[in-house]
Amino acid sequence: MAERLRDLLSIEELTAGQIAFLLDEAKPFQEFQRHPLKKLATLRGKTVALAFFESSTRTRISFATAASRLGADTMNLQAESSSLKKGESLLDTARTLDAMKPDCIVMRHSSSGSADFVARHLDIPVVNAGDGTHEHPTQALLDALTIRDRRGTMENLNVTIIGDILHIRVARSNLHLLSHFGCRFTLCGPAMWLPREFECFGKQVRRSTRIEEALDGADIVMVLRVQQERLHEPALPLNEYILLYQLTPERLKIARPDALVLHPGPMIRGLEIDPTVADGPQSCVLEQVTNGLAVRMALLFVLIATGSEADEARGSAHAAH
Amino acid sequence: MLLIKNARVIDPASGTDTKRDIWIDGSRISRIAPAETPAASSPSTNGETLDATGLVVAPGFIDLHCHLREPGGESSETIETGTRAAARGGFTAVCPMPNMRPVNDNASVTRSILERAAAVAVTHVWPIGAASTGSRGESLAEIGAMQKAGIVAVSDDGHPIATAKLLRQVMDYCRALDLPVVDHCEDSSLFAGAVMREGVQSVRLGLRGMPAATESIAVGRDVQMTELTGCRFHVAHLSARGSLDLVRAAKKRGLQVSCEVTPHHFTLTDEDVVYDTRFKMNPPLASAEDRAALIEGLADGTVDAIATDHAPHEAASKDVEFDRAPFGVTGFETALALALELVHSGRLSLMRMVELFTTGPARVLGKKRAVAPGEAADLTIFSTDHPWIFHVNQSASKSTNSPFEGRKFRGAPMVTIVDGRIVYRREA
Amino acid sequence: MRVVEKTQLMSATEIDRTLQRLAHEIVEKSGGVANLALIGIRRRGVPLAQRIARAMHGIEHAEIPVGTLDITLYRDDLSKIAAQPVLHSSEISFPVDDKDVLLVDDVLYTGRTARAAMNGLFDLGRPSRVRMAVLIDRGHRELPIEATFVGRSVQTSDREIVEVRLNETDGEERVMLVERVE
Repeated sequence: MAERLRDLLSIEELTAGQIAFLLDEAKPFQEFQRHPLKKLATLRGKTVALAFFESSTRTRISFATAASRLGADTMNLQAESSSLKKGESLLDTARTLDAMKPDCIVMRHSSSGSADFVARHLDIPVVNAGDGTHEHPTQALLDALTIRDRRGTMENLNVTIIGDILHIRVARSNLHLLSHFGCRFTLCGPAMWLPREFECFGKQVRRSTRIEEALDGADIVMVLRVQQERLHEPALPLNEYILLYQLTPERLKIARPDALVLHPGPMIRGLEIDPTVADGPQSCVLEQVTNGLAVRMALLFVLIATGSEADEARGSAHAAH
Repeated sequence: MLLIKNARVIDPASGTDTKRDIWIDGSRISRIAPAETPAASSPSTNGETLDATGLVVAPGFIDLHCHLREPGGESSETIETGTRAAARGGFTAVCPMPNMRPVNDNASVTRSILERAAAVAVTHVWPIGAASTGSRGESLAEIGAMQKAGIVAVSDDGHPIATAKLLRQVMDYCRALDLPVVDHCEDSSLFAGAVMREGVQSVRLGLRGMPAATESIAVGRDVQMTELTGCRFHVAHLSARGSLDLVRAAKKRGLQVSCEVTPHHFTLTDEDVVYDTRFKMNPPLASAEDRAALIEGLADGTVDAIATDHAPHEAASKDVEFDRAPFGVTGFETALALALELVHSGRLSLMRMVELFTTGPARVLGKKRAVAPGEAADLTIFSTDHPWIFHVNQSASKSTNSPFEGRKFRGAPMVTIVDGRIVYRREA
Repeated sequence: MRVVEKTQLMSATEIDRTLQRLAHEIVEKSGGVANLALIGIRRRGVPLAQRIARAMHGIEHAEIPVGTLDITLYRDDLSKIAAQPVLHSSEISFPVDDKDVLLVDDVLYTGRTARAAMNGLFDLGRPSRVRMAVLIDRGHRELPIEATFVGRSVQTSDREIVEVRLNETDGEERVMLVERVE
């Protein structure tokens, strides 16, 4: 039995067993999205605090919907209206939210390690919805679920990731997750976004600055978005990026014929991905979104639903009928 | 009157390691003689006798680089608490950097620091003055006036000396005053936004890293400027192999270049960094190869001094996300014990270690350090095997930001004597 | 928690005979099986529902659809479930609207499982009728719930537990009365 999950701060600290457990738990919730009535009472009376210090629409709505469909209430903190702008520290904000007794905090913040930092100070479960350039664990989980469903397995696949590997946190989470299952990685992008240290991450990670070489034999192609501006860096001209790294239909043909295309969103059609690829049969972006809801519902269920006096020996065989 | 009996005296100035009795009269060493057997009585009538059997007596340690925070930052440390912590670390003299509030860039700030030190400090305080006004890198500070007030070197520490052009002015000026220039070597454009050394760990943690070249590019610049101006130049907190190689080559060419290394840099590496701001300092913890090169440099003489860069920060300011925390760790009280780890593992001789704390830093400042009759009675008495565990809550420093909390040590400072007075004695 | 076996309530043959009898009763009292569907409540309700459906097929020569329902998400008492509960999907391949639904479970006790099952069922649609069939009714109801079809009624105390063991789930076939000991 997988070790009890108390927070979800990173994929790096999860075992293969815990990952498989979460993906299996998500399956009933995938099915649930097809029910006519999408409302459970499982987490009725429980509160999920959504502390998004970095603005995000998609992930925040996904977590909010997941909580709400489980019957929980949400507390919403958004970057734009955040008291952080008035100089309140992250720790103070987290403590203020905690004083209102939520059952879980889901947070996104621009500092790597911020979820770990908050988790050390609070007793309630903390879910990392993205910390700086470090990790975005639920994204990797929903990507894995999508791959497993479409391909039947997530083991021993050739995975090519294209884009700003250094700064986009999803890349690290995907690397950590699929490495558990024997996948081989090719990281592709401009040299300054592909530090050689990534090759120390898993047993089978290589880098390439040429997309044609990187796509050869790929089972899975993960396209990352291009952040148009970044602090402390001279910018890369976008036309250069499109010329060298856009995933076009011709380039996609270099990959295996049944290769899947994943993108964490939001996509900029015509920039990192050609519109026909984005909307084509190999693209999994919409399933990713649906699976995101299922994964997040499963995660909130696992972290919040189980009581403190739960006795592992008392399985459902002896539960009250 | 103080008599130290049966001490193992390690005196780098004379290169001797001998058993001695030492008489101290007032603030000077009055007499040294071969150690008598413990049974024999001493001729001193009044005054204390210190039995130093099993202990090492060295000339008083000097810390070339520290931050005492007063004036302006007293919530994290004061001259009083800082020097008491230094004394607990065996230091008899400390050189506080000028980045206080206000910056020590003129004689009246220098004088106020020295007046305060005269009132409350338990060790000597030899301030380092700013190279530029406010350390803003725009114009020369009042270095001559500060020298008359008592600074021993100049630096814009906290920042590199901003431009090659300013550096040249500072060095030309300081050469005439015979003051060493200490530079925090760093290329600002490569540093921008970084919080640790670039490497596998920075990539794993998603924290912005700076390459080793950030430091060595600046060292290269400064060495060439030393050659151009003939000024004495000292690299602060050197952390990279590339920087060390440049210093070694410069020394070989006969240039007056020196450097210091901090205990945290010869003990830890970037692999030790986790989301814990007690591991965040500037320059950041470096790679394992750098660390190995630093230890080699400590042993072969390329490194002149061990300096702590003691940088206290109040707890609340460090209890934030890694990105936002200020750089710096404390270091007075763990420096000797960490250096002894190198002695115990055979990588450094005890004599060499003592040099790094005494004659090495003294030479950088143009001073002498010796255990000899007539010399100032500044002495560091330490044990090479006393077992102890470092706990920040037992430290004399106001701040607790040390990466060595809970570390078990073998060897510790036991008694610290400044101007003939015992300013620290370890509790049993 | 340790348990001590007290008595065997039903043997393998008795279970089989009871299920056959239930199948006949259900056919008699349903006014036609055309619209009937069985839904087994995980875990042991599922093999029981499948066996009853097979028996009914033998009687009526009609295929009765069988679905499975996992009620973990519908429980009213989260602290009683395991620290890391394994969720299973419910599998109901037929539309629930206007169906004559028969819930099947091994033991009817407080009635809370049945309530949770109905919540789950109503999330899927609006059945025309819901009834329940259980192998054992052990009393001690905490909610106004009744089973239309009962294999056997048994008097029990709070310290006792009725354990239905089936080949498909437990590798053996009998119903035991066990007691909790501290």
